[in-house]
Amino acid sequence: MQENAGSEYQIKTGCLTLSEVTIGLGGRALLTISAAVAPGEVLTIMGPSGSGKSTLLAFAGGFLDPAFDVSGRILIDGKDLTAVPANRRHAGILFQDPLLFPHLSVGGNIVFAIAPTVKGRAARRRLADAALDEVGLTGFFDRDPDTLSGGQKARVALQRVLVSAPRFLLLDEPFSNLDAALRQQTRELVFSKARAAGLPTILVTHDSADAEAAGGRVIEIGMEEQA
Amino acid sequence: MAQPTRIGGNALLALVLGLPILAGLAGTILPAFGYLPALGGLRVTLAHFAELAGQPHILRSVLTGLAAGLLTTVAATAVVGTFVAGFAGTRPFARIQHLVSPLLAVPHAAAAFALAFLVAPSGFLLRLISPEVTGFTRPPDWLLPNDPFALTMIAGLIAKEVPFLFLVTLAALPQLAVTRASRLAAALGYGRVAGFTICLWPALYRQIRLPVFAVLVYSVSVVDVAMILGPKLPPTLPVRVTQWAGNDDLGARFLASAGAFLQLGIVVAAMASWIALERIGKAVLARLTFSGRRFARDGALRAAGALAMTTCTVTIFAGLSLLSIWSVAGLWPFPDVLPASLTPNTWMRTLPQLWAPLGTTVALALSASSLALVFAILLLYRNGIAGGGKNAAGYRLLYLPLLVPEISFVFGLQVLMLSAGLTPGFASVLAVHFVFVLPYVLLSLSAPWREVDPRFEKIAAGFGKPALKILLTVRLPLLFRACLTALAVGFAVSVSLYLPTLLIGSGRLTTITTEAVALSSGGDRRVIGIYALVQGLLPFLAFLVASLGPQLLFRNRRAMRT
Repeated sequence: MQENAGSEYQIKTGCLTLSEVTIGLGGRALLTISAAVAPGEVLTIMGPSGSGKSTLLAFAGGFLDPAFDVSGRILIDGKDLTAVPANRRHAGILFQDPLLFPHLSVGGNIVFAIAPTVKGRAARRRLADAALDEVGLTGFFDRDPDTLSGGQKARVALQRVLVSAPRFLLLDEPFSNLDAALRQQTRELVFSKARAAGLPTILVTHDSADAEAAGGRVIEIGMEEQA
Repeated sequence: MAQPTRIGGNALLALVLGLPILAGLAGTILPAFGYLPALGGLRVTLAHFAELAGQPHILRSVLTGLAAGLLTTVAATAVVGTFVAGFAGTRPFARIQHLVSPLLAVPHAAAAFALAFLVAPSGFLLRLISPEVTGFTRPPDWLLPNDPFALTMIAGLIAKEVPFLFLVTLAALPQLAVTRASRLAAALGYGRVAGFTICLWPALYRQIRLPVFAVLVYSVSVVDVAMILGPKLPPTLPVRVTQWAGNDDLGARFLASAGAFLQLGIVVAAMASWIALERIGKAVLARLTFSGRRFARDGALRAAGALAMTTCTVTIFAGLSLLSIWSVAGLWPFPDVLPASLTPNTWMRTLPQLWAPLGTTVALALSASSLALVFAILLLYRNGIAGGGKNAAGYRLLYLPLLVPEISFVFGLQVLMLSAGLTPGFASVLAVHFVFVLPYVLLSLSAPWREVDPRFEKIAAGFGKPALKILLTVRLPLLFRACLTALAVGFAVSVSLYLPTLLIGSGRLTTITTEAVALSSGGDRRVIGIYALVQGLLPFLAFLVASLGPQLLFRNRRAMRT
């Protein structure tokens, strides 16, 4: 556990800010982090399993298990999100698995994510088709997600998050289940999209190649706890 | 995820299951001591117990039921235990598993008829060996299936309780280190059965103890199977209480209450005896373990276990086929193994009378299981039994209605209902079916509910979807198959309910089950065949629909069909 990036810590607008977030379990502090992530920037949190990095992500997303005790605040654009429930935070999350909803079509998955402010079937369909076009999946709207390849699923999952107009991105080792060639491609795609969309992004990983590809700041945690 | 913080799932469950049971018990106990203002009983008295004690052969009724229940539970536990100990982790084990599972869906009454048609003096088994072996050209004058020692009834109960205990055991097995322990025991020279019993049985038994008690309570208090297979002169106490409760002389209700209260005492006695047996078993096991005897040659014991399991399955399936043959049999004189001709006449004659009870049965089963499903979803959504695993309070609550004898609280509910001036009818029967169906629906749904990947809901929450919308558009579609299965389970339970339908419906609501049991005394064998067959097939139809539903609705979604 260490104090990281403390000198850079200041509240900026447009930024995702972690303000003295301390995560503990059973009375023991796992980690303390303060960091500001600018729009389009990727902050990488690197650490072994059990170091608390997934918990940090759960804290940011609003899904924290009550067994953890957490202090500190998370802010976006200077607004405090700490007490805001998950479904009003607009956190876009990518997990290790693409987790496309198996009961919906590929297009259905994307339409599901589009904000309700986009009204009308035609408009929503157009947006979904455009999102699929962008990643080379033209004409995939009616496909069964289970029939897609691993790379195609990963791209649908990415586009699904992006059309939901998130305020920030949380990436939970999203490349670790892809094979080497696909991993490189998908990394580039995800980071370039996140940058283009101007989203502050937090990536947690145990793979230093992910951290390099992200090209942003890296915070290593929990190293001394690995026995 | 933000959880609603009002009344918790378990509290709600306790309320829904506990309230009717407590009310029912009160409705039994108060009249038993003479207090029932609606019938002019205002004085507390022991006169009704004296009247009960004066009933002819009452002690015999009590003892037969108690002994039959205990024997059934001992035998069913022994059969399942021996089979699991002898075969867990082997290939035949998996095969038997597929054979036994559907047996659970066969209602008790249909299974009882199936057995009756096999073992009766003019039944199939005797026809098979007559006249060649037995020399009989006419059915012998044996008191079967209603033998005075309740042996047929015990056999029928064992055949139905073995599948239940087996499936419960299957659910518990993955939590034990079966392979490691059996290898260890084998390396030390122990036989399979002995090794399993010493290393794994105590932990396994702890997990299936509640279901074993449910079997005990059920077998000691059973009514429908006892009416079909049990002794007649005198019948077991629960059957006699049912007869008194249906007596037109309203005064007989005091007697019935006293009997239902006595039944409660018998169940307590049965539980106490079982606990004593558990102690003895534990001591014997401890001695055996300490003696270090290996019992390496246990082939015969294993074979016996496998044979007993197979017999239960074959008996019920053979009996069901026999029912269907009887339903279309023309002339079928005694020693002939098969009928001389087949005819649709019985069906044509019976169908017009069958439609009304069939409609009532299906309507009741569909509404009870749908209501139970909606309620189960509500409970699980409010973090009911989902959270704590098998030993959580909520899980134990589910067994509450199974640990109180039906006759003792359902009869009380009937008394309360009549005192309150409620007309017995569809709604009241539906309400009591709901109480019986809910635990099974919850048991069926809670495991798949826990297994849904929570990340799906997190993703949806990240998209800004409110909790209810996530439930409806993500969780429930993912659980579509599990919901249909839970519905089918509920449907099967409702179809099989005899006593609650009879008592709460006060005879005004006729279902296939009440009709079939009513026919059992002296009815036409061909007609019984039809009713029992329809009763036995209804649950299978429900499970068929449950397995086809996802295939049809998710034709283009591969991951939803498996």
